[in-house]
Amino acid sequence: MKCPPFDYHRATGVADAVATLDAAGDEGKILAGGQSLVPVLALRMARPAVLVDINHVPGLSSLEVRGDTLHLGALVRHLTLAEQDQHPLLAEAARWIGHTAIRSRGTVAGSLAHADPSAELPSVLLACDGAVQVAGPGATRRVGAADLFVGALQTDLGDAEMITEVELPVPDGWGFSEFARRHGDFAVVSAVATRFGDRIRVVIGGVAGVPHLVSPPDSTPDLLTVSGAVQDDRVAEIADAAARGVEPASDLHGSADHRRALTREVVRRAVAQLAGTPTSDRTPVPA
Amino acid sequence: MQISLTVNGERHRVDVEPRRTLADALREDLGLTGTHLGCEHGVCGACTIVVDGRPVRACLMFAVQADGASIATVEGLAADDGTLHPLQEAFSRCHGLQCGACTPGMLMTALHLLDTEPAPSRDRIRAEMAGNICRCTGYVGIVDAVESAAARQRELAPEA
Repeated sequence: MKCPPFDYHRATGVADAVATLDAAGDEGKILAGGQSLVPVLALRMARPAVLVDINHVPGLSSLEVRGDTLHLGALVRHLTLAEQDQHPLLAEAARWIGHTAIRSRGTVAGSLAHADPSAELPSVLLACDGAVQVAGPGATRRVGAADLFVGALQTDLGDAEMITEVELPVPDGWGFSEFARRHGDFAVVSAVATRFGDRIRVVIGGVAGVPHLVSPPDSTPDLLTVSGAVQDDRVAEIADAAARGVEPASDLHGSADHRRALTREVVRRAVAQLAGTPTSDRTPVPA
Repeated sequence: MQISLTVNGERHRVDVEPRRTLADALREDLGLTGTHLGCEHGVCGACTIVVDGRPVRACLMFAVQADGASIATVEGLAADDGTLHPLQEAFSRCHGLQCGACTPGMLMTALHLLDTEPAPSRDRIRAEMAGNICRCTGYVGIVDAVESAAARQRELAPEA
């Protein structure tokens, strides 16, 4: 369980990091928080020749709201995401990432670039219709959430590109629900629900290679009665439709049927939370 | 690569290969074998230490990344005269350990918890300690120990 040898480069800036990655061809990898990369190296699932450590690159740890969008530097740690109060959905989702010792190192851009299908942040990015700013050799570009995730652990990013900033619109309403064997374990299935104006978006994690987006056909949120109670039947309809729309695979952590049943329940919980009031039979999720 | 780091208040300079994890550097280069290794890929929590005030998996950080860092390991818990830290004393008294493989990581995780939350509930203790795996105790003794140490620390340093 020792990592294979590599050359280590402590990048001094974004341009330096990109140039080093560019010179390494397809043999370079960015080292940010290392909470996903180091296990991959220890298990010898990858043997990059060069690691470019971006932890000392200045200017990548900012966190500020501009307009209706939270802008996050690439190196903002999960602990900071969980502690900030400008994007409550992001704070809730970040509390579900690993354990404190993981959250103290792991970074927002690292999680997005790793693109684990069961990870929380890719689902949040898609549910908020966010985007990332990307620096590459000689050019920068902006990649929307829908284009960033290509497959399990695969993104649209090139070998010499790095995420420098994450743009996360702040939703008008939100809900988050996750089922894992233990808090901090990889999610078996998770659901993120957002409302921007009248539009509801629901993203399901853990059921496909990339976060699975569902936009309820009737996007007007008639989820509440005139007296403000949650319309349980409307929530259930959305949850049923979501469960019918996924094609999960079976693995060690759960069968396809189990994942479909979980999809129905986590979507129900997330949408009920979005609607404002938990439904009466909502069982508390262990903290 | 030459790096310097402060461990339990003592400055060290070591020459490490980039792939050397911080856990291996502590154990092999500095002889501080109190930090244990279990899974070596971030799952078991045995190697948890405190780096610049935050708990970290020492197997998921390269030593070169700890250049200039201030590190606390289990060796720094007991007083110079051998008096156990309240957490160590409570783990011993409450049967919070049997084989001891997970204990250094448990102690350092609990140390950070009590530094940030002096009076955590049993649920909070369970939630925070969930990242550390123990194959011996069944965890009840561990939760008891952390709860007991928290109470003892509040006695020793009551809030003004």
